[in-house]
This record gives sequence, structure tokens and C-alpha cells, in this order.
Amino acid sequence: MKMNLEDRLEENPELKKQFDALEAYIGELATLEGSLINVLHRAQEIFGYLPDEVLEFVSGRLNMPRSTVYGVVTFYHFFSRVPKGRHIVSVCLGTACYVRGANAVYEKVMKTLGIKAGETTRDGRFSLDLVRCVGACGLAPVVVIDKDTYGRSTPEKVATLLNKYA
Amino acid sequence: MIRNQLLVCAGGACITSGEKSVKDVLVDELKKNGIEDEVQVIETGCMGACDLGPIVVVYPEGTFYQKVTVKNAGLIVNEHLVKGRTVGELLYTEPASEKRARTSGDIPFYTRQVKRVLRNCGAIDPLSIEEYIARDGYFALGKALEMAPDEIIRILLDSGLRGRGGAGFPTGLKWKAAREAAGSPKYVVCNGDEGDPGAFMDRSVLEGDPHSIIEAMAIAGYAIGAEKGYVYVRAEYPLAIERFEYAIGKAREYGFLGRSILGTGFNFDIEIRIGAGAFVCGEETALLRSIEGKRGTPSVKPPFPAQSGLWNKPTLINNVETYANIPQIITNGAEWFRSVGSTKSPGTKVFALAGNVQNTGLVEVPMGTTLRELVFEIGGGIPGGKKFKAAQTGGPSGGVITAEYLDMPIDFDTVKEIGTIMGSGGLIVLDEDSCMVDVAKFYLGFTVDESCGKCTPCREGTRQMYHMMERICDGNGRDGDIERLSKLADVIKDTSLCGLGQSAPNPVLSTIRFYEDEYRAHIYEKKCPSHVCKHLLTYSITPDKCVGCTACARQCPVHAITGEVKKIHVIDQSKCTKCGSCYESCRFGAIRKE
Repeated sequence: MKMNLEDRLEENPELKKQFDALEAYIGELATLEGSLINVLHRAQEIFGYLPDEVLEFVSGRLNMPRSTVYGVVTFYHFFSRVPKGRHIVSVCLGTACYVRGANAVYEKVMKTLGIKAGETTRDGRFSLDLVRCVGACGLAPVVVIDKDTYGRSTPEKVATLLNKYA
Repeated sequence: MIRNQLLVCAGGACITSGEKSVKDVLVDELKKNGIEDEVQVIETGCMGACDLGPIVVVYPEGTFYQKVTVKNAGLIVNEHLVKGRTVGELLYTEPASEKRARTSGDIPFYTRQVKRVLRNCGAIDPLSIEEYIARDGYFALGKALEMAPDEIIRILLDSGLRGRGGAGFPTGLKWKAAREAAGSPKYVVCNGDEGDPGAFMDRSVLEGDPHSIIEAMAIAGYAIGAEKGYVYVRAEYPLAIERFEYAIGKAREYGFLGRSILGTGFNFDIEIRIGAGAFVCGEETALLRSIEGKRGTPSVKPPFPAQSGLWNKPTLINNVETYANIPQIITNGAEWFRSVGSTKSPGTKVFALAGNVQNTGLVEVPMGTTLRELVFEIGGGIPGGKKFKAAQTGGPSGGVITAEYLDMPIDFDTVKEIGTIMGSGGLIVLDEDSCMVDVAKFYLGFTVDESCGKCTPCREGTRQMYHMMERICDGNGRDGDIERLSKLADVIKDTSLCGLGQSAPNPVLSTIRFYEDEYRAHIYEKKCPSHVCKHLLTYSITPDKCVGCTACARQCPVHAITGEVKKIHVIDQSKCTKCGSCYESCRFGAIRKE
């Protein structure tokens, strides 16, 4: 049987801390009007992704139907409904990167990690994303791993690079 | 006493090239030499020459050091600053004349530009409001607050400034409509959702000169009668968000935002809204929904945002680059603004040069500059001695400018005549190796992903077009495909609600217009003239070049290559999957790709 959120929070202090952090953020907002996307950004920062119970919590706190919250979450690429890996690899497939061979880089990453865009490796080490331009077109093709951006990438360089991330 | 300043470019590309560690080395070396109190290290916004990064400029002399690495950054301190000797190996060498350039004034990439929007980017510390003020920052706001709002709008109308987001709508008219609209409160919005792949000028302004946008928005607030502004920035630009947030705080502290600005009784404040990765949110009505925290789906116009925008209130929405022009127009007047550019499109335009071009980066030139000047004189031409084929403008909403139009002055109207759009200024250079059918397919794939799904013609139509393009590139094109594509494209353009759908077929239509022969080659001859489309290639081995090294046979994942050591190898076409591994592994150029 599925336990309700309050009971689960009592059993799991880690989870409680996360919900408290989200509650604190919402509490500090000057106005709740139009704040849904900002709240979801913060929630994803805290939880790493947006599971059902978080959506439920947000819909209750912002006093809006869950369907609305769900609709917004699924509309925007940035929000994830599934847990992400420890490291997020984003291969840029913007135009500048594409004409300079980003496709080969993307294929190499897929082959090395054995996953497609939007998926996570089984060991939870990497998640792979495709992005459309990170604005570093001068150094195309570009790969972003977590917060580090790597320019002038080649299939070989990327394969070595991935080894640096445990 | 500060005797020297080291300006370190902290634009997106330079950071990617290792700017942070270079800066750390500079700071360390200054300390080792005990001159950290005499030399100031400043991280600036983007200097534009992304290909040359990381860039360090030493002032007051303006010595321009490029491609600085952790290994040689110390030389700038130990040689230049301590011994007074210029570090020759870090200077830029002009490829044509092989002359070394001492300052940016000696580099053609810079000398041909007119910096207005980017005047502070790379020249000041974006985190320092004092430096912005020292370059006449917030002077325009002070001046504007002493003028009547109608007078401000008159100046904008006279200046002829057109929206830099893409469509080129006269900015003054937007402001006038928002001022005259009934309803309260009113809002000022800045569109920083630079989704067009290949364009990064808005990012550079937000990161490199955030106060210019704050100043412009405050002027806009006063002119239309609004007290609240929103800046909508893409989530992909975390540094822009961070620096802008900081700048807002500083502006409040100095009394340029908040209550009774400069003691005039005018109140205005700005809030940042972060996007969440939806291209359609660059469309203004979709962006407004997103600020409201909703799904970013566009709505029918009219009513225009000026009448009914954010929360159904009158809303003025302009692009980042448009705002960046405003303070200087107020300070220097409409005549000054019109002194460069073309009659119908006055002022400058920032282009993001990318793709197959030597000097990539951000360049600001007068409207009406030719493509030849941009690609060859500023951009330094095509790398590897390849031929120029076309430039793609306007991203997924645009089309191509071909070699025959290299000498056409580029402005909002001229590009429209040849079937593309100015867009936000992304300029992707394509060389002779680019397949135009493949490029068009690429853009269409982008639109298919990014269509919000509200209108059937856009959601389903672009998908059908994409399937056709895929078929053509896979060698399954059929007679009549070109006509079918064109017909469907017209329907999508006519029946979609917003700019995304209305312009989505443009890349296909534009490439059919100029490169119909390539489409025909794909469909009727099952050949890709540029050797890009994988399924249309044949790999074979040239017997007199093959030395029998077996490298290709070992690489082939499907064992399609047979042959003994030191004997000529052969590819079995029925097994070949056209992966290209053999082509890459051959060191003798014996593999032929057709």
C-alpha cells in the first residue's frame, strides 16, 4: 500500500529536508501569481527531478489543479520526470555545431555510454541530453558536462573526456 | 595606485577555452611579483573574437593577447608587466600579411566593426555599476526622466529603430501603442529567450553589459507608464542570469530601480523569469504565457501585447538587442542613430558568425553591410581553402543567402526579397561540402521538436515534410516530392497561428529555390552531390592507391572488406552499411566516396 506523504516524511528525514527547502522557497515568494515555473526550477534543483509527490505538493501549495502543473512540466524540455544520472552530458546540436560535425560527436557519446538522449546509464553515472545551442557557437561543436563547457570537440576527445567523470 | 589593467574576456566561448584558469595564473603571478596592488585584473563580457580566446588585453596600451593558455599566461606578467617587453608569441598574426597585430585596432576583425550595442561588452567589468556609469551609463535615464513620455517616443519614431528580434517592426510604434493603450497596470518585458540556434548576441549583452538593458527598460517604463518589468532569460544561459540578477541588485542600491528613481517620483522595478527550454517561447505571446507560469503556447494577434499582454494588461515587449540601442538613442539623438545603416533599416546589427568560417564570433556592423564584407573581410573567409556555398540566416525560420548575393547589402528588407529573414542575426556560413537538402532537413527536425502542438498544420504538417525530407535523404525520394513539399509548405505557412509555424517551411522553400538541382540529384539520381547523405554514398577502393595495409578491413564493423596483406582490397557493396569507418581509417586516400 502506498503511504501518504506525511508518513513517508516522518520515516525519511532526508526527504523531509528536501520538502522543507521547497516550502521555505515558496514561503519567501512575494506573490504566488505566475510563480509556477520558478517553483518547478527550484524543486528540480532540490530533488534532481520532478516525481509525482513533488507535483502533488506544488499543486497544493500554489492552489492549482495537478493537471495544470503536469501540463507545464511536460511542456518544457528542461523539466525531467525521471531521475537524472550523477553527470549530465549535453551534446549541442545547434546549427553551428551541426555543420561542424556535432552529429559524429553525438553518435560517439551514444555508443560510448550505450544510451540515447533522454536516458540514463544503468549505473546512474551519466544522463544524456541533446541541446539546441548553448551560445558558444564560436567553438563548435560544443559538449556540456554538468557545468563545464567543452569546445572544438571531436569524437575521440569526447570519449576521453567522459572518463574524467566518475 | 593602479598602473595597469588586465582585461580578461569572460564571454561564453573564452570560459570554454579555459579563461578561469588563465585568470588564476595571472592573479598568482602578480602576487609572486608583489605587484597585485598595482595591476588590476578585470573579467569582462564577450570581446567578440571567440575563435581567438582566451583573450587578455593589457591597458593602458591596449596590447591584445590571444589564445592565452595556463602555460604562457605568466609571460604577460613576467615579461610585459615586469620587464616592459611585449610578448610577441601571444600577439595575433594576420594570416594574409603575416603581420603581428599589437592592439585590436590592428586586427581587421575589429577595425571594420561599429560598436554601439556591444560598446561596453569586453570593455568594462559587467559586475561594476561604476564602470558603466563612467561610460555615460544611466545618463540617458536621467535625461529621459526630464522629458515628456511622448517626446521620448517621438525620438524613437524619428530614429527609425526596428525590432532586432527578427521581424523588424518599428520599435517607436510599439512604444506608442503601449503608451496609448487603456488599462492598468502596464508591463515592460525584455525577450531574452534567444532560442535561434547559432545566435548569441543577446547572451553577450546580458552577460557583458547588463545595466544597458536595465536602463533601457526603466526608460521604457517611464515612456509607457509602467512600474514593473520582466526579463525572460533562457535557462541555458546561467551566467547571464547570475550577472543580470547581480546588476539588478546594484541598480536598486544606486537608486536607478525602485521607488522614486532619481528623486522624480517615478517607480520601476525588474524581475527575472527563467525559461525552461521551449523554443516557441521566443514568440512574444508564448513568452508572456510562460512569464505567467503557464504552458508557452502562442495566441492569436490581434489583440497585440501592447493592448492585451501579460495578465491581459498592456505590455511592451522588445528584444535584448533592441533595448541595448535605446539609451544611446536617447543620449545622442535620432539623427546620430540614423548616421549609420540604410535608410529603411538605420543603425547597426550584431551578427553571430559561426559555421565554416575562419573567424567565428560576434560582430557589429552597420545595416546594409554586404555578406562579402562579413564573411571574407571580417570573417577571414572559409577555412581549409574551401569554397563559400551559402550563408544561412534566421535559423529555423529563415533561409539561405547564396554566393550570387554576396554583394547585396543586408538589411531587413533586402533579405526578405530573396526568401530569407534577418532573424536575430545568426549567420551560419556553409562551405562547398554542405548538403543543402541535409541542412533543410536539420532545421525541419528542429521545428518538429519545438512545435508547441497547438495548431495542426504546424504539428502534423512539419512532421510530414520531415518524413519526405528523410525519405529523400535516404534514397527513397519519389517523383513529385519537390512539388508536394512546396504545396504542403504553403499550407503550413498560411494556416499556422504563430511565427514558428508560419516560418517553419522557410528553410525548405529557400533551399528548393536556390538548390533545386541538389534536390533533383537526391530524388532522381539517388546521389548526394556534397557526399553528406549517408545512404546515397558508395565507398569503393581505388586499386592503384591501395597498398594492402588491411587497416580498412580491420575497421569495417560488418566485414564487408576483403583482401590479403599487401594485396588490393575490395568492398562488398551488398554488405556495406556506409558507415565511413574505412574512409577515415585509410592513410593512403585509397577509399573513394561518391
